[in-house]
Amino acid sequence: MRPALILGAVLSLTALAAALVSLVWTPWDPTAMTISARLQGPSAAHWAGTDHFGRDILSMLMAGARTSLAVALVAVGIGVGLGVPLGLTAAAHRGSWLDELIMRGNDLIFAFPALVIAILITATFGPSATNAILAIGIFNIPVFARVARAGALSLWTLDFIRAARVAGKGRARISAEHILPNIANLLIVQGTIQFSLGILAEAGLSYVGLGAQPPTASWGRMLAEAQTMVTLAPHVALFPGLAIVFTVLGLNLLGDGLRDALDPRLRGRVT
Amino acid sequence: MARYLLIRLLSLAAALVVASGVIFLMIEVTPGDPARFMLGMNAAPETVAALSAQLGLDRPMGLRYLDWIGGMIRGDFGLSYTYKVPVADLVADRLALSAPLAALALGLSTAIALPAGLYAAARRGRLGDGAVMGLSQLGIAVPNFWFAMLLVLVCALHWRLFPAGGFPGWSDPMAGLRALILPAVALALPQAAILARVLRSALIEELGRDYIRTARAKGASRPRALVRHALRNALIPVLTILGMQFSFLLAGAIIIENVFYLPGLGRLIFQAITQRDLIVVESVVMLLVFAVIAVTFVTDLAYAAVDPRLRHRG
Repeated sequence: MRPALILGAVLSLTALAAALVSLVWTPWDPTAMTISARLQGPSAAHWAGTDHFGRDILSMLMAGARTSLAVALVAVGIGVGLGVPLGLTAAAHRGSWLDELIMRGNDLIFAFPALVIAILITATFGPSATNAILAIGIFNIPVFARVARAGALSLWTLDFIRAARVAGKGRARISAEHILPNIANLLIVQGTIQFSLGILAEAGLSYVGLGAQPPTASWGRMLAEAQTMVTLAPHVALFPGLAIVFTVLGLNLLGDGLRDALDPRLRGRVT
Repeated sequence: MARYLLIRLLSLAAALVVASGVIFLMIEVTPGDPARFMLGMNAAPETVAALSAQLGLDRPMGLRYLDWIGGMIRGDFGLSYTYKVPVADLVADRLALSAPLAALALGLSTAIALPAGLYAAARRGRLGDGAVMGLSQLGIAVPNFWFAMLLVLVCALHWRLFPAGGFPGWSDPMAGLRALILPAVALALPQAAILARVLRSALIEELGRDYIRTARAKGASRPRALVRHALRNALIPVLTILGMQFSFLLAGAIIIENVFYLPGLGRLIFQAITQRDLIVVESVVMLLVFAVIAVTFVTDLAYAAVDPRLRHRG
């Protein structure tokens, strides 16, 4: 086992554990304000200190992990759920008008960065965590469609697929039964990458006020609120930032490690 | 090449038409009447109706879409509901900040990534390579707005090297540039990290090819083979990534402008959202999407120019 893969797994699992534990327990109530205890540095009672409302930062970080992971996970789900079938369909009908239509549609969605989608959705429906999920999820669709199509195209030329065709199986059935299991590795690795990008995007959207709204805890919004406080109490900005860095770093290392483990041909290559 | 160019141009036009339609429809379904918003809740219905007519809001949707598109092509983006000035002037004003910021960040990230990628590829598998790759892994994981906050804390508030925020305008170019240095660094870091990794892996792939062995056999030194031969070919994937990064840079700039209180396009769009100045939102979003589509188009052409195989695929 490579150390980077282990470090990645440990960091990712820590974030996941924090999110899961926060469902049943946090050291303090993450929304409880104690004005007399505001902007305290780290102590035995508050391991990561308190913010300008006297809320416990560690508890907010744990609840924020839940928001970040949930938003990024559902966004990956949207990307996989819509993008993979589109990519498989395009590959199964390579060169046809359907392929062309799907790929040009992909290019079009690519022209809308997640932030721009979020701006449009927010201008229309107002800000919320759901809109952040939608914006990041829509952005994920063409990513997974491209990966699935590229992976599937190389498989369609192989003998076992031809054999399945001769056996009378339809394109859709071959895609589901033979192509999909063989591109699962690619999708898992891409999923990890999009998951970490989703966490960064969620933080960015919440930071500018387009994501989760109070009282939902969110790492990005904690940073936005910390911005005016940063000279008085740097720890208010330090811990949420570190939480994002460690989670994203963990997922990226995990993704790289998984790619090497699942596909030995790529060992040592970095993209 | 002519046929390739024609197909590309047609798909560019189609993309712009569909994108503008999507944006127009999204803004169209937005609740709230701009005329009522401009006049306040207590305005008489007749006044609201009169203003609606003056702004052309009572005309059919299709006509308004054509008006909007026609106007944009002529450089007339309409009148901002809140600022009461032409949107084109507002945008031009804000672009004077956002465009130099994006350019500065792009230049900076290339200036960091090029030597870093070359160095890592040259020292593949050794300590230097590991250090560059480790740092780049960290650079990718750091959210740029958080990095920006740390830069303000250390470089502006502690060392007082740069202003912590705001923009003095371009009347004093040096002061203007000084105000953009920290935002540009914050934007450039994650991009540089990605670019360095792509360049390194492209270089390593090229270094394993026969022509490099030939060059080395003919007496080219290791650095010469790397820079004169491998780098040229490795720049092709780097170019693609550079084009793709443009959209991330635009989005990043919108967020970073908020950290530094810079009056750029990003600030304009957020103010427009809260003030329900939808014509500004619509125009700026269209402009951003146009920029991304245009950059992709130019990257495609550049790609085809360096790699003839792509031209013939159509």
